[in-house]
Amino acid sequence: MSVSSDDVRHIARLARLDLTDEEVERFRLELSTILGYVEQLEALEAGRAAEPAAPDHPLRSDAVEAWEDLTPLREAAPDLVDGYFRVPRVIE
Amino acid sequence: MRHAPRTAVELAAAVRAGNATAAEAVGEAFLRIRQADSLHAFLSLREEAAREEAAAVDRRIAAGEGDELLLAGVPVAVKDNIAVAGGPTTCGSRLLQHYVSPFDATAIAQLRAAGAIVVGKTNLDEFAMGSSTENSAFGPTRNPHDPTRVAGGSSGGSVAAVAAGCVPLGLGSETGGSVRQPAAFCGAVGVKPTYGRVSRFGLVAFGSSLDQIGTIGATVDDAALLLSVVAGPDPKDATSATEPVGDLAAGLEEADPAGLRIGWPAEYFGAGLEPAILAACEAARDRLADAGAEIVDVSLPHSPYGIAVYYTVAIAEASSNLARYDGVRYGHRATAADLTSMYLKTRAAFGAELKRRIMLGTYVLSAGYYEAFYGKGTAVRARIRGDFERAFERVDAILSPTTPTPAFPIGEKADDPLAMYLNDVYTVSANLAGIPAISLPWGRTPATADRPALPIGIQLMGPDFSERRLFEVGRFLERESPDA
Amino acid sequence: MREPAAPAGAWEPVIGLEVHVQLATASKIFCGCATAYGAPPNTQICPICLGYPGALPVLNAGAVELAARAALALGCEVHPRSIFARKHYFYPDLPKGYQISQYDRPLATGGALAIRLDDGSAKSIGITRVHLEEDAGKSTHGADGTRVDFNRCGLPLIEVVSEPDLASPREAFLYLSALKRSLEYLAVSDCNMEEGSLRCDANVSLRPRGESRLGTKTEVKNVNSFRYVEAALAFEIERQAAILERGEAVVHETLLWDAGRGEARAMRSKELSHDYRYFPEPDLEPLDLDAAWLAEIREGLPEGPAARADRFVEAYGLPEYDAGVLTATRPLADWFEAAAAAFDDPKEVSNWVMGEVLRLANERGETVALAPEPRPLAPAALAQLLALKAAGTISGSVAKEVLAEMVETGTGAAEIVRERGLAQVSDAAALAAEVDAVIAAHPGEVAAFRGGKQGLIGFFMGQVMKRTGGQANPQLVNALLRQKLAG
Repeated sequence: MSVSSDDVRHIARLARLDLTDEEVERFRLELSTILGYVEQLEALEAGRAAEPAAPDHPLRSDAVEAWEDLTPLREAAPDLVDGYFRVPRVIE
Repeated sequence: MRHAPRTAVELAAAVRAGNATAAEAVGEAFLRIRQADSLHAFLSLREEAAREEAAAVDRRIAAGEGDELLLAGVPVAVKDNIAVAGGPTTCGSRLLQHYVSPFDATAIAQLRAAGAIVVGKTNLDEFAMGSSTENSAFGPTRNPHDPTRVAGGSSGGSVAAVAAGCVPLGLGSETGGSVRQPAAFCGAVGVKPTYGRVSRFGLVAFGSSLDQIGTIGATVDDAALLLSVVAGPDPKDATSATEPVGDLAAGLEEADPAGLRIGWPAEYFGAGLEPAILAACEAARDRLADAGAEIVDVSLPHSPYGIAVYYTVAIAEASSNLARYDGVRYGHRATAADLTSMYLKTRAAFGAELKRRIMLGTYVLSAGYYEAFYGKGTAVRARIRGDFERAFERVDAILSPTTPTPAFPIGEKADDPLAMYLNDVYTVSANLAGIPAISLPWGRTPATADRPALPIGIQLMGPDFSERRLFEVGRFLERESPDA
Repeated sequence: MREPAAPAGAWEPVIGLEVHVQLATASKIFCGCATAYGAPPNTQICPICLGYPGALPVLNAGAVELAARAALALGCEVHPRSIFARKHYFYPDLPKGYQISQYDRPLATGGALAIRLDDGSAKSIGITRVHLEEDAGKSTHGADGTRVDFNRCGLPLIEVVSEPDLASPREAFLYLSALKRSLEYLAVSDCNMEEGSLRCDANVSLRPRGESRLGTKTEVKNVNSFRYVEAALAFEIERQAAILERGEAVVHETLLWDAGRGEARAMRSKELSHDYRYFPEPDLEPLDLDAAWLAEIREGLPEGPAARADRFVEAYGLPEYDAGVLTATRPLADWFEAAAAAFDDPKEVSNWVMGEVLRLANERGETVALAPEPRPLAPAALAQLLALKAAGTISGSVAKEVLAEMVETGTGAAEIVRERGLAQVSDAAALAAEVDAVIAAHPGEVAAFRGGKQGLIGFFMGQVMKRTGGQANPQLVNALLRQKLAG
């Protein structure tokens, strides 16, 4: 099946991937090949996906269990300011 | 190497009995790891922590509390996509190169409770996506039998560490065969449990409805012992199975294959399978028949579609699971003036295979394509499962090759992603169906002018929660194999 | 702020509301972090709600119960099985890059909420669906970047989607008020728009009056009060009407309400291409609800606000107005009933609750409630005060003073009256003597009163009060004066 460059750029945007023109073309070819391979499923009579099995895992009861040590979570932040995780401006 | 390393079963028993210490075992492991350094099996070692933990185990033994430590003093290699608190969990990726996990995976907590010692984190294809460990951002892992060849993937590091005798046990992960395939390539035992058998809490997600932590050992007894320690329901994982674990590891050698029905799947013995590997399967089949097992022809008609289904369903889930790597809360963040640029530049650090899979998965889920790809993929997946359910009405286990070919040279398949994907043709169906499967070493391919003798792996698959039976048959075959 | 425009004559507005309601659970929907409002930033977080590698969600049973309660009370069909789904988009306050929500298999569908229009008539607003999902964190945009607080991330939400049955901004306001009261009554949520526990996105389109097909709709977001919802809708209706009047077409877009300027502005169109790529959440099992359990919840549903008001009229003989005020919130209604149970004059209790009790609570910045502590005081304490008044021990005006002190100090009515010697004199003989004395002292006024100046009764009352230090029982004094002056 053929995937267009526009398709590739659109998908890359959805996935927040920055592709060079060369990468766009390379992925276009690779995706076309792989999706072409996957397309063989189309011919199969398969009906609908099975309804998932009945759940057997109990739900969690509504009780507070605070995470004991928040320090590593804050220290992992690439940019923590006044207790907030900061990121560059969202351009609205 | 000076002498053959002890198995986990032997070592744990010796440590419990006071005939060996955890400290010695760990010390020896680090020596062997250093000697095998050129394989690049490990990404990080936790020597200081391991020695402290070993000392603690030795203190407990001395205090008479050793009886319940099933893995007392046993060094374990852990794939670097399984969270070990306080140290790196890089997933073989630049996105998490400096990331330190604040928590242990449940399986790791279980290891600690059993007295095992995690000595280091092992190499893998980036985020477990690959079949050769060549997709690691930090270089490939080499096959201990031939360092010009891949160790297999994605759990190449853990398998190489065990196959090279550095440690008796390894933990890996399976989504499409990532423990069994490298086990076959390196001549080790690799186990994929039933989906839900082992908690996924702390296993960095790839294909959430397929992922399982798998166990690796040089022997069936060892791989089974490790599974018995990490298996079990977990309140932190809503997909973990509530099925009781039972005894997976004791007395495996006493089991007798007489009366068992072993399935021989037609679709697995066609074109593309190396003759030596076919011969290995036939030899194993014949040993079972000689011992009184009944060999039954079975058909798994949807097998040829396994890869196609995998590359819709699993990859869709993968692209979703990778969305969280955005540089906001942890891990790598690229400098940028605005948010969109930050996302783009940060995620540019994914390797090529990752980008390919993210693109593919996003495409499969995108508007207009969901029904044709993901929808169809999940429907065919149910058919694959149905094939196995029908077969298991007539047989107790299915025997097949693990891979169509032995380990290939590093770099050989790098430019042909589809060819790489087709490596998984025999392993992927078990992940899609959720059933357990193990790979056992069975001799070598013949040495030729172009190629040294390379390990062969044969595979056993069974119905849900039949790991014990697979271990029993595997234990028998291990005795009968050319390597015994 | 601009005044909402008059309804655009030839055009009929069609409005639907999507309301997100935070459920009043103790812990988050998929992890054990606390949900309390107002904590310092990023102090109620963990690897699960922060989307760490290897973290997994586990569903909170309390959230399921509250969601089911809400869905049942809104008359929905609660489905025995519903399925969670991942909704993908990138935003800094969405850690996993997807929100766990429900898509094509929601918790409940097909309900309705009755609202009372300004003309007194009732209108039923359809509810399309109610589903469970997790909240995102809170982003604050500044010059140096966007700051994110993940305390809110992972709070349980239900999304309540109405049918496009609302015909005006005013109806939208009434619908929101009714929804808030209903959910508050169920103790499902605080429904506090200022604190963000209730948020609303509005969809509006116009069509020619009488036309059944729907026009192109726009979505207005970022409206954080009911009044703003009304104003934003009015603004948007006017804007769309002007476009249609010019013969142009309305563009389907999302707008952000700017309360400061009183206008809605379109978001950049690039942000709009949301392909959420929904697929079933593989980390969670399907949510199966037991029929017996649902029946139990349905049975245990507390009385809704409308039913309660009706019952107040019936059972307590209260006027509709009183019933309406007293059932404005469930804690207030509970408080009233507790007091009415302790004092046998519901109208008297009603007057005091609607009057002094509410006033004192407001002054102190409290809301009238029984839990976690009775505020502004215990209902039984009010009952004791009213008993003293009924017995004639204190007058109404003294009772007001005593109540204020009771609320201030927490002391009981009887003790205050005793300590401050406030018991009024109701001894008829003693009062008769005072009345006689006053009459004797003011012959001129007595003559004027008897001559027709009935208003002088106030003068005589004042004199008796002065002589008794304000402690004479005024009703008795009045009766005695009239009796003796008639003499």
